[in-house]
Formats: sequence, structure tokens, C-alpha cells
Amino acid sequence: MACISPDGKPTESGTKMLRALKPGPSSAEEIARNAGLPLFRVRSGLRELAQAGLAIEKGEKYELSSEGAELLGTVST
Amino acid sequence: MEELREEVGHMPRIGEPAPAFEAVTTHGVLKLEDFKGSWLILFSHPADFTPVCTTEFMAFAEIFPELQKRGVELLGLSVDSVSSHIAWVRNVEEKTKVKIPFPIIADLNKEVSLAYGMIHPGQSKTETVRCVFVIDPNQIIRTILYYPLTTGRNMDEILRIVDALQTTDKNAVATPANWRPGDMVVVPPPKTQEAAEERVKQGYECVDWYLCRKKL
Repeated sequence: MACISPDGKPTESGTKMLRALKPGPSSAEEIARNAGLPLFRVRSGLRELAQAGLAIEKGEKYELSSEGAELLGTVST
Repeated sequence: MEELREEVGHMPRIGEPAPAFEAVTTHGVLKLEDFKGSWLILFSHPADFTPVCTTEFMAFAEIFPELQKRGVELLGLSVDSVSSHIAWVRNVEEKTKVKIPFPIIADLNKEVSLAYGMIHPGQSKTETVRCVFVIDPNQIIRTILYYPLTTGRNMDEILRIVDALQTTDKNAVATPANWRPGDMVVVPPPKTQEAAEERVKQGYECVDWYLCRKKL
């Protein structure tokens, strides 16, 4: 898992993606730009976050789920 | 013959869509479609912790910034586990200070290797030969290189191919032998007699109607 560690906590890149989702629904391209990550990593990471229930896919965009927001709150800045 | 075909797998061709895959890599599970919109160089190496492959990985890492400037992502592959890949790239960084910035597919079940014709049983039945697939943003295969196990690849040529393909796409021209960025390019040959007659009057540098060059 590239975005979520075996202990269930988001990795550095996972945290960057969750933070980029915090302001509101975003496309993979917008997240890549805001998080400073390669687009292919973001596309793969969003798939992973959605499978884990931390993000929700809505058409072309993704948004933070309540579980994702809660988890993000536990990650130190 | 059928047995050999199964060992070799599909042989992709230039101009065809790149075979789709979903694979475990050192950067997580990646699909070919994750690279849509970017150029992609998918390359295979025979095995981790081997000498020629180590020199190649260092060389790929060296040209990585140049590839990024051109909008190209790199993706390695071998029939090794992800743990082996991680151990190897960490070892390369520890011993040589070269960080490997791109993902590597752990193709233990040879699914991707066979889809891309990377196993050449005359060289090895278990290792991939040194393949390079240049895949464009529409995921069409644009160039294929195959090198034997004993010959490390030439990074200048890989960069030159990317420059040539991108120049061709941008300007609808071809590039002559040994072309380098800044050199004259070849104007595509005319398709009709009328166009051939007009071609030599168009101010290009022409050997004859079928070989005309121009500066970009």
C-alpha cells in the first residue's frame, strides 16, 4: 500500500493527498498540482484511498469521506 | 511451436495500443492508464543486484530530470519481488548515493513481461531482456528497443528518440539519421506527381523531390 501503512495510518504521500482533498472535491490533476505529486501516483493513490473508504469518487472528482477527515485530524501537521 | 509462443507471449508492435496492466510496483499498485496523458518509458531489466542492470539504473536515474522536462515518466520492470526491488534500490543509494526516483514493477507472475514480449527464451527463460517501450500520451507504442542481456542501454539514444518523436508530433516532420535537436528535419515526401513538382519549388533544401530538409 503506497498511501496507507500496514498500521492503517496514511503515509506521507497519502497524507498529502488527503490534505489536498480537504478544501473540497478535486480532480486527480488538481490534487497532483496541489500536493506536488506525479499524476500517476495520485491516480493510483486515490484508488487506494477510495478502496479504504477514506475518499469518495464522484464522477471525475474525489472528495474526503468522514472517515478520511477523521483520520486526517489524527495526523500531526 | 505453441509451447514456444506461450513462453514468449505477445509481441507488441509499434503503432498498437500498449497492452493494459495492473501491477505491483515499488510505488504501489499501478495501472497503465494511470500514466495516460504523459509519455511513458516502460523498460525491463534481467534481474536486481546484477552489475549491468545496476549501471543502467544509475544511468536512468541520471537522465530522469531530462525526461521529466520532456513530460516523460519512467517505469522499470523485472521478474523479481517488490522486496528485492526495494532492497536493491536502497543498496544502490547506500553504495553509490544515486537515488532511484521511478517505480519498478515486480512481475513475479510474468504477466506484464509476457504481454510485452520481454521474455526471449534464447537468452533466458526466466529473466526479461533489456526492453524499452516508448509509449505516447494516448498510450500508443511509438518505439520498441530490445537489447541482449550483456549490452547496457545507451541513454543518449533514449533521450534522442523522445526528442525525435515529440518533434515529429509537434511539427509533422520526420527526422533523418543521427538527428539531434536543432538539426534540420525531413519534410514528409509528396504523395502525388503534382505535389512532387511543387515540392522542389518550395524553398526547402532538396536533394531531389523525395528528400527535402528544412530548419524548424
